[in-house]
Amino acid sequence: MKISVTRLLIYIMLAIFTIFYIIPMYIMVVTGMKSFAEVSLDTMWNLPFSLNFNSFNLAWLGSTKGGFRGLSGSFLNSVFLVIPATVISALLGSLNGYVLTKWRFYGSDLIFTMILFGMFIPYQSIIIPLVLTLQKLHVYGTIPGLILVHVIYGLPISTLIFRNYYITVPTEMVEASKIDGANFLGIYRWVIFPLSTPGFAVAMIWQFTSIWNDFLFGLIVTPNPASQPITVALNNLAGSYFVQWNVQIAGALLTVLPPILVYIFLGRFFLKGLLQGSLKG
Amino acid sequence: MQIKGDKWTPILFITPSIVAVGIFIYGFIGWTGFISFTKWNDVIPDYTRVGFENYRKLFANMRFQIDLHNTLVFTVIFVTSCLLIGLLLAILIDQRIKGEGIFRNLFLLPMAFSFVVSGVIWHWLFNPGSIQLGNIGVNQLFEKVGLNFLICGWYTDPNIGIKAVAIAAIWQFSGYTMALYLAGLRGIPLELREAASIDGADQFQIFYYILLPFLRPITFGAIIILGHISLKIFDLVMAMTGSGPAFSCDVPALFMYDTTFRGNNFARGASIAIILLLLVSLLIIPYLITTFRKEA
Amino acid sequence: MLRKLLTGLVLVSIVAVFFAIPTFAGNLKGTLEINSWWTAGGEAEGLNALFEIYNAKYPDVEVINATVAGGAGAHAKAVFKTRMLGGDPPDTFQVHAGHELIDTWVVPGYMQPLTDIYKSEGWTETMPSGVLDIVSYKGDYWSVPVNIHRSNVLWFNKSIFSKYKITPPRTFSQFFDVCDELKAKGVVPFVMGTKDGWEAGHVFESVLLGKLGTNDYNGLWTGEVKWSDARVTDALETFAKMGTYLNTDHSALTWDEAGQYLLKEKGAMMIMGDWTNGWFMSVGFEDYGWAPPPDNEGIFLALSDSFALPKGCKNQENVIAWLKVLGSKEGQYSFNKAKGSIPARTDIDISDYNDYLKSAARDWQKDAISPSVMHGAAASEGWTTEFKDITSLFVSKPDVSYAQKALITAAEEYLKK
Repeated sequence: MKISVTRLLIYIMLAIFTIFYIIPMYIMVVTGMKSFAEVSLDTMWNLPFSLNFNSFNLAWLGSTKGGFRGLSGSFLNSVFLVIPATVISALLGSLNGYVLTKWRFYGSDLIFTMILFGMFIPYQSIIIPLVLTLQKLHVYGTIPGLILVHVIYGLPISTLIFRNYYITVPTEMVEASKIDGANFLGIYRWVIFPLSTPGFAVAMIWQFTSIWNDFLFGLIVTPNPASQPITVALNNLAGSYFVQWNVQIAGALLTVLPPILVYIFLGRFFLKGLLQGSLKG
Repeated sequence: MQIKGDKWTPILFITPSIVAVGIFIYGFIGWTGFISFTKWNDVIPDYTRVGFENYRKLFANMRFQIDLHNTLVFTVIFVTSCLLIGLLLAILIDQRIKGEGIFRNLFLLPMAFSFVVSGVIWHWLFNPGSIQLGNIGVNQLFEKVGLNFLICGWYTDPNIGIKAVAIAAIWQFSGYTMALYLAGLRGIPLELREAASIDGADQFQIFYYILLPFLRPITFGAIIILGHISLKIFDLVMAMTGSGPAFSCDVPALFMYDTTFRGNNFARGASIAIILLLLVSLLIIPYLITTFRKEA
Repeated sequence: MLRKLLTGLVLVSIVAVFFAIPTFAGNLKGTLEINSWWTAGGEAEGLNALFEIYNAKYPDVEVINATVAGGAGAHAKAVFKTRMLGGDPPDTFQVHAGHELIDTWVVPGYMQPLTDIYKSEGWTETMPSGVLDIVSYKGDYWSVPVNIHRSNVLWFNKSIFSKYKITPPRTFSQFFDVCDELKAKGVVPFVMGTKDGWEAGHVFESVLLGKLGTNDYNGLWTGEVKWSDARVTDALETFAKMGTYLNTDHSALTWDEAGQYLLKEKGAMMIMGDWTNGWFMSVGFEDYGWAPPPDNEGIFLALSDSFALPKGCKNQENVIAWLKVLGSKEGQYSFNKAKGSIPARTDIDISDYNDYLKSAARDWQKDAISPSVMHGAAASEGWTTEFKDITSLFVSKPDVSYAQKALITAAEEYLKK
């Protein structure tokens, strides 16, 4: 079977890119499987002597001798954080997008711009007033407080995603329903929501990843070891001058596992959603 | 004809978001702005007004000047490369290749990682080693395969500095632009391409005159998302390089964190934040103009 | 299908939120939250030793070890500060004794004085005056020092030195001679790891100390000695010269990664605090020697980790009990043995500590004492951060006049407070 030169070129280029993308992941997996003695900067490319899952054990369960807590406790914290936050954030974004595109009123464009702009603030600059406000609401240091934070700061991107998506939904459908006598919630329930799968796919996958991987808010809002998310616990696997790299990387692999699984299994929904206009602009 | 009472329901539903954004975003921005005009540089809040003094000192500060330069370099390299590489990958994958699903997933996968984790890995990969210790990281790889001319100091070389961080960021986000462009390409009606083909246009012309214009709105949207990530970049730099030799990897967000929480200089931290905000606004304005003009 | 998924998720979230809430029903009785950035190796063991002593005395108190790693304490400080400013003070937290403690927390009125505890525990007799001075302000004592660390130590690889018949240099000119010799032999004469940004300042404070001596070095931080002094210029020039003998990859390495050069016999000397001793112990490296850095003989550049009592902390009695454990003979002995530092108290038997620590303790008794700036003793955090940035920039851009001007400006700004 003869392959044309162009197709060969295509595959070669893809291969080169594949190498570029795989290298960091290779290093992670290989280091996670090494024992502490094997880990060294100058042997980073070498395969481990044996398939050793001890680092993962240590990362998950912790070690009093090594002085670090394991990730198992905070894994659950992250789960209890991410799932509600993602769902609520997506729902609110969807409602907002619906309002802003199908029920335009005087000033709705301005409101959209104001919400969107909120995406751009550097979070380090607002953590002090944030803590003060959370204190007043009596949710500082709690997971519900962290959920609140992520929902609020996720509003801009979530609204953007849904707004861009709903714009592609023909207004005639909504108008027809109005004529038929449906009201705001009715239209949402029967017309908009059933169509929203691509939007939800993009919004939820994006939010899941960014909330799961967030470090700064987790650190500042829930520094308490009992309630901190997994990213903060991961950071604490490191010693102040002594890092057991095999454990650190094994911990990082464990931390990254849920988002990776989400991308592997739900990635095509993400693409489908993008196809239908959710994050294009 | 609208059902009575439904004028207010939509407004009711969007009000919680407006209130939340009003307090948690604009309220806090206001607070930050206010602080930037005060003298608060110790743990006790000091609200004495000093006008634009903090800003004046900031722009005269060498670290900040380097930061601005680094941010510019980083943004340009990061955004352009993500767009170009993303487009290239999308075109390659769009060619109905075998194993398309695997390639797509692979290129998208880096987005699952947090910057903190990828920062550590790239910190190792770009550690150049030294004469005494030998090459390590990618330098070692280059040495093994004979690509010695690619060996350099990476982030230990003040002339490269932040560009090494840009490569790590490109690794992480070019999958996202690829996904956007792929979706865009697939969204272009096949008839359009076929018609052009029949009319005698070659691949390149089809691409330039038909596909590219279609992709423009995608490019705009991507520039906004990538641009704001790049202006706020913090976790990646902190985990990968710290400030770097002669602050060649330093960025405003890092300076802000350092000066606020290590140096207790809250006023200076606030002014850096406001500057960052203004820079990001520059990005969004053209976007808004084109979007709203288009939809009007 | 999506609807089912969504409903399922919504149900899970409702359940999850209810699960999360009870954990934070505000149950703070009988707990003690210790905040630090001591997350591994000897430090964690030291902390655990203290916990064991505490738990044996007060078995009903639940001790929460709330550590925050990273950034050489920057993340931990971010958390402490947001909490203190946010009105939710941690029970107690790790803070460097000296100006970091006094200027950041005591002067603004966030702390409670501990003078009564000092008197009741007799610490005014058992701690040397150098330490008591560092923790006092307006006649009261404000924190309990757990340990003493020495900043100005020159560590060297013994095999390399004996191979080339080198003895530890006592002056800077001897130092540079040694460097030239080592460089010619292909060994990195002097290693540093500057990734975390503070290491340059750490080395430079030893150089300053060497050029100015105890009194005048101390004077730099009180305003008695001006930063425009010719000896400061000399110190900068010396530091610039030291930079020519450095490992090229210093910006990629933390201080302990740079220490690998010594472990591998590829590098000869490094100036670093004596937590290096703890690190050497943990990696099983014994081929090292130590000496005061050039011109630093007879001076002990000190820093100390301590714990204090914030106003409004929730478990005041538990904290006071903790502070007493920290200052007790038992506590200081166990903690320091594991951490690799020496006790602040002078009445503790340390004959089973390792050689370095014993020699450090002897020096502590007889040397003149100066406060370290990079580690919070000599200057406020704002000033220290400026110092850190100026010296860190200097390593890669050794512009002596620029650096000196910057140091003068920083001093002016922070002295007039």
